[in-house]
Amino acid sequence: MSNAPVDNGRRRFLTAATSVVGGVGVVGVAVPFIGSWNPSARAKAAGAPVEVNVSKIEPGQLVRAEWRGKPVYVVRRTDKTLADLAKHDDQLRDPNSAEPQQPEYAQNAHRSIKPEIMVALGVCTHLGCAPTHHKGDFEQHVAGVTDGFFCPCHGSKFDMAGRVFQGVPAPLNLSVPEHSFPKEDTLLIGVAPGEA
Amino acid sequence: MNNFLAWIEARLPVMEAMNKHVLQYPAPKNFNFWYFFGSLAMLVLVNQILTGIWLTMNYEPSGDGAFASIEYIMRDVDYGWLLRYMHSTGASAFFVVVYLHMFRGLMYGSYQKPRELLWIFGMLIFLVLMAEAFMGYLLPWGNMSYWGAQVIISLFGAVPVVGEDLATWIKGDYVISGATLNRFFALHVVALPLVLVVLVFLHILALHEVGSNNPDGVNIKKPKGSQKPEELSKFKFHKQYADKYDIVDAIPFHPYYTVKDIMGVAGFLIFFCWVMFFFPEGGGYFLEAPNFTPANGLKTPEHIAPVWYFGPFYTILRVVPDKLMGTILMFAAIGVLFALPWCDRGTVKSIRFRSKWHLLNLIQFSICFIALGILGTMPASDIANLIGTIATIGYFGFFLAIWIYSKNENTKPVPERVTK
Amino acid sequence: MKKLFITLLAMVPALAFAAGPSLPLDSANNDLADKESLKRGFKAYINYCLGCHELQYQRYNRTFADLGISDEEGKAEWMYTGEKVGDHITNSMPAKEAAQWFGSAPPDLTLEARFRSPDYIYTYLRSFYTDENRPFGVNNTIFPDVGMPHVLQNLQGVRTKDENGVLSPAVGGTMTEQEYDAFVRDLTNFLEYVGEPNKLERKELGKWVIGFLFIFFILSYFLKKEYWRDIH
Repeated sequence: MSNAPVDNGRRRFLTAATSVVGGVGVVGVAVPFIGSWNPSARAKAAGAPVEVNVSKIEPGQLVRAEWRGKPVYVVRRTDKTLADLAKHDDQLRDPNSAEPQQPEYAQNAHRSIKPEIMVALGVCTHLGCAPTHHKGDFEQHVAGVTDGFFCPCHGSKFDMAGRVFQGVPAPLNLSVPEHSFPKEDTLLIGVAPGEA
Repeated sequence: MNNFLAWIEARLPVMEAMNKHVLQYPAPKNFNFWYFFGSLAMLVLVNQILTGIWLTMNYEPSGDGAFASIEYIMRDVDYGWLLRYMHSTGASAFFVVVYLHMFRGLMYGSYQKPRELLWIFGMLIFLVLMAEAFMGYLLPWGNMSYWGAQVIISLFGAVPVVGEDLATWIKGDYVISGATLNRFFALHVVALPLVLVVLVFLHILALHEVGSNNPDGVNIKKPKGSQKPEELSKFKFHKQYADKYDIVDAIPFHPYYTVKDIMGVAGFLIFFCWVMFFFPEGGGYFLEAPNFTPANGLKTPEHIAPVWYFGPFYTILRVVPDKLMGTILMFAAIGVLFALPWCDRGTVKSIRFRSKWHLLNLIQFSICFIALGILGTMPASDIANLIGTIATIGYFGFFLAIWIYSKNENTKPVPERVTK
Repeated sequence: MKKLFITLLAMVPALAFAAGPSLPLDSANNDLADKESLKRGFKAYINYCLGCHELQYQRYNRTFADLGISDEEGKAEWMYTGEKVGDHITNSMPAKEAAQWFGSAPPDLTLEARFRSPDYIYTYLRSFYTDENRPFGVNNTIFPDVGMPHVLQNLQGVRTKDENGVLSPAVGGTMTEQEYDAFVRDLTNFLEYVGEPNKLERKELGKWVIGFLFIFFILSYFLKKEYWRDIH
């Protein structure tokens, strides 16, 4: 055993330096483990923006698009439907879309960019079922309203702008996803106007 | 804080265990290079468990989805390729480290009395590790996975009377199929790792009960009262050891061997990462080329060889012209290692003080083992068969020879104390 | 003890006698870092291979990103059949009929370069020759009785095999031999890329990790030395 005095300063320095570098190493090793929990390329591909050609949608027709695994309802509303939207505001929970259930550019009377094109997630804000579209026979659910959406799970009702009626379990209007029209007839779901 | 720790300590003596097994555990001061591999095996085990858990998060254990899910991990999952290579390179590294760890035991007589049970636990770990590796190798569901499993499971067909039924039962189907894959998956990721962790725990517990051997094979725990006070180690050891023995030439595991093992880990990781980042296929020995095509029950790869770490045992199987005898001999090659503590009747542990015969015997054993390993990865041929037969005889001859000469061995005088 | 170890090490190369016979392959000499070559190879793949051979594990947008092509450009110039950019590079060939046409279904080529090696692909595509006995009139020196027609024959031209097994120079192709070799090299390069898209990234990361580990090793070495002064 050597009798050389222990150089505590050097020992402390080396211990600290090795610990710090070792700590950096542990953090480095954690990166792949943590990083691998991010959405994979498959999830991103499924979550990629979806294009819908709206020129082929007949007036009054509903088209379902799949975006991030959820149904998106795209409806070409007729002039009558648009005109009717204003007539039942007193029966709605949130007629002016005050709750942030839509992007700012869709916070208007028709909750969309183009008045005639409705875009909304077909996911009931109560417990996530897909509401059914009633065209012309909605009066069985809400007197005086011809068209709307009725959720078969717990009976929530929405109008043709996705606004929720009073007295049903669903608390909020249907969510409007980011969407834009890069070309006149091309609806791009998942990308806001002006974004790449 | 101190109150809290005292509260814990009174109910679960954590510090007491730390002192006993790490801070005040007496380790011989003369460990050399060969003593790195135990801690490295632990490191690789942890790596395998962590990366394995993460791989299961994206792996799909089914005949239809397994192969594609590996490519999904390799391409679509962030850092998935890295986790997968850590696991596949880790598998080979595990065997490199374990083989060197076992060789250390052979050289320094670490299997001899009183460490027989320690050796047995070690051998059980080796056995479970081989099963673990074999089952894990099926999971990528590549063509080599498929046919490798086919060959090994067919070995059970050699068992008299029930053989064929046994092989079918293991497969859960008449061919290797999704059913086989699923049960291997369950065993590989749940059952065998549990067994492995328990065995490793017992291995370390058994080690700390009898104490570590060292390159001189000289006991550092002398009978109580036999040593002059100035001869005793200047360090404080746990009373469990210090009350029973006069401890000489020992140092506490922490900090001396922790800092040394950290250095060993750093050095090992340089090699490990060098292979993993630059040669993850290991020249076709770690990831084999035919495994880049999906399992195909109708098309055998041109050259079926087991992964390199099974090579020695596979060659022993292959050189015997009889299926049953070959299988028996292959398992005997592992079994005889279990019996080593009783084959060796000597009392001198380290090769440093044993006879020339023992040195020669160990050299020939090592050569034969390496030759068997190399032959196992090569196609069968007459010359390979001949060399394989000789090497097989050499392999088993080691145990026979040691039994013969160890009874009255011409050993060198063993020093009272470790030499360095 | 050291002597024993060194003796053992010395035995290893002596025992490692040559493994089985290997095919004489030409070296592809491709460069994964050459993005222009990869783009040419990708184009060639789409035009000549994709009709039969899928890359079912590789996505268009991953390929675009790695090759420096924007998604819009990719969609406009590299995708012909209206898939989404996130889709895998597949075709619509029915596997069952394909197996009847060619004897066996054309294999997926995503991992072909890892399965066969780039040199194999490079050599294979340059080793077709005329053989009247085969259904498609061609055979291959390194893949005897190959089931695939020589789809690049218009480019390479026709080669024949003499009685000594030597192939004649190609005649009647639209490319010179050098041009054709370069064409096949680009294609090989692309297939090696597709086999492991992160290969360059892996090696790049490896340099940093190993550099870091060297620093850690040196520190831990001095730390060990410092503590062990207590003992020696």
